[in-house]
Amino acid sequence: MSQQAAQVPTAQVATRGVPTSDVPTSSWGKARERLAWILVAPSVLVVTLVALFPLAQSIWFSFTNARLAGTPRGGLQFVNIENYRYLLTNDDFIRAFWNTVVFTVGSVSIETVFGVVVALLINSQFKAKGLLRTAILVPWAIPTVVSSRLWAYMFNGQYGVLNDLLTIRLPNMFDWIPFIGPSIAGIFPDEKVAFLASPNLQMGTAIAVDVWKTTPFMALLLLAGLQVIPGDVYEAAYVDGASKWQQFWQHTLPLLRPALLVALIFRTLDAFRVFDVLWVMFGPITQTRSLAIAAQQALVDADRLGRASAASVIIFLCIGVLVLVYTRLVKVEEG
Amino acid sequence: MATIAATTPRTQATARRRTFSARQIVGKALFWLLVVFIFLYTLFPFYWAVVSALKPPESIGQFPVNYWPTTIDWSSLQYVFENQGFLLSLRNSVIISVSTVLIALTLGAFAAYAMGRMRFRGKNFTLYLILSMTMFPQIAILGALFQTIRRLNLYNTMPALIVTYLTFTLPFTVWVLSNFFKAMPGELEESALVDGSTPFQAFYKILLPLAMPGLITTGLLAFIAAWNEFLFALTFTSTGDFRARTVQPAIASFSGRSQFEEPWGPVMAASVVVTVPLVVLVLIFQRKILGGLTAGAVKG
Repeated sequence: MSQQAAQVPTAQVATRGVPTSDVPTSSWGKARERLAWILVAPSVLVVTLVALFPLAQSIWFSFTNARLAGTPRGGLQFVNIENYRYLLTNDDFIRAFWNTVVFTVGSVSIETVFGVVVALLINSQFKAKGLLRTAILVPWAIPTVVSSRLWAYMFNGQYGVLNDLLTIRLPNMFDWIPFIGPSIAGIFPDEKVAFLASPNLQMGTAIAVDVWKTTPFMALLLLAGLQVIPGDVYEAAYVDGASKWQQFWQHTLPLLRPALLVALIFRTLDAFRVFDVLWVMFGPITQTRSLAIAAQQALVDADRLGRASAASVIIFLCIGVLVLVYTRLVKVEEG
Repeated sequence: MATIAATTPRTQATARRRTFSARQIVGKALFWLLVVFIFLYTLFPFYWAVVSALKPPESIGQFPVNYWPTTIDWSSLQYVFENQGFLLSLRNSVIISVSTVLIALTLGAFAAYAMGRMRFRGKNFTLYLILSMTMFPQIAILGALFQTIRRLNLYNTMPALIVTYLTFTLPFTVWVLSNFFKAMPGELEESALVDGSTPFQAFYKILLPLAMPGLITTGLLAFIAAWNEFLFALTFTSTGDFRARTVQPAIASFSGRSQFEEPWGPVMAASVVVTVPLVVLVLIFQRKILGGLTAGAVKG
């Protein structure tokens, strides 16, 4: 999904360059305008039918007692904000909200740090950089369902490869080093870790899977931002005698901020509607249920179209607020 | 960390001193350690999927783990390819993804041509409308779409997914392609018009062939998105049969021969079958994909 989202905020930037009042006057221009509309019409029609109209329907359903299977007893009724009241006072739904917030903040912040490191690496001069850029496309190309099952297998509490690494291989790797070895080996857990079964670890495990899958996208967006930073900025800094570390904080990071903001927008919006990772790894259980899973369950499992629609509208509003906050930030950025 | 920000152009100052200090050596070592770690981190899970798919299924539960199996066992892959449900879901995924991409490209190319090269009233509004579509979460329309699909008797059919996948493939296609069209030189089309071609002829004789690379990239990215889609596929198709169920929900609920057998061998085999074509495509078209993914982001 993220690759579609990728295009969004830039569009706003890009359209600014396009002349806005394009009212053609010549007859040839008018013919062309008619043609333009004929060309655009099918897409607009499809988007209206499969997205805009259903969105309006969702908003309407969210104020009714609608069900999927036929009409509810006593007919379809307008129930005012009953669905919203129910959800916002329901512990499971509130739990789903906080799960989603934890997942989004955890996943996006970690992958931002990783993304910056990987982007800086690929942007630097060393032999394997092309190979590295190719390698990071692999996690990006793997379907989320596959990566979730694959990592669930690797995180397995009995025979997962990560438990093998943590309890056997890594301790053995350090153990033989004189003096400090045993204490390094001591850092690793003595017993296998129940990554998937322990309620304290489940969300962290899911975040780890998401970070693996989405860091490449983050890194590629940031890399694009890094590549437009002119080289003389660094030369000037070098002449000033700034260390690499100072260069990063004083020059690279401020110049990277626009790209960083754009990448953050995409990833935050994407993480906030998380469904696949949590569903595939844990199913619809309450401890790890996200808002999207709660909405889907209300629809499919409980057959409450009205309530599910209200949940969907709440997700939609949250995302709307996030977009507003971020566009504000971008505007502040541009002065 | 010191070496990471190594974008500094090689200046004469660095060339002067060839002897490395201990600090530089440690820095270099840490740098390469980080590079090796990133390679392992990104590639090991995929390696592990392949290795586990080629292990004898009964050795899956062994601990300590065998990292480098010495024999190849085809039984997991064989099981997957003899599994009627999985094969049908594979067929469904191909039909659905290809259809939705073809429709999105056809409709999208026309709209994008108008957006990228023509002036008309309401253009900005249309552009914003289509862009806002890429923003909003699929879950927001899940219930309404489900209701309509059931009313139209399209539940558990491929058309249901082909059409609903347009919610994300079409806006994406329009946006990326309109950028491609915009970036093309304007004189080409004008010379065609001077020659007496209609704008439509100018479109499909001159611009469309030029836009072919753009169409391929966009199509590939849209295909990946459709191929990997899970929420709609899970909700709009049924578990019981494989009339329309795609590979993603199939893999999510893939089980072994018996309920007591750990299904990881077959699951990994199925995962590899579903992923390898994507990885190969991505590696072949990597330059274009890198361009397509970040095309919008750089211009700001």
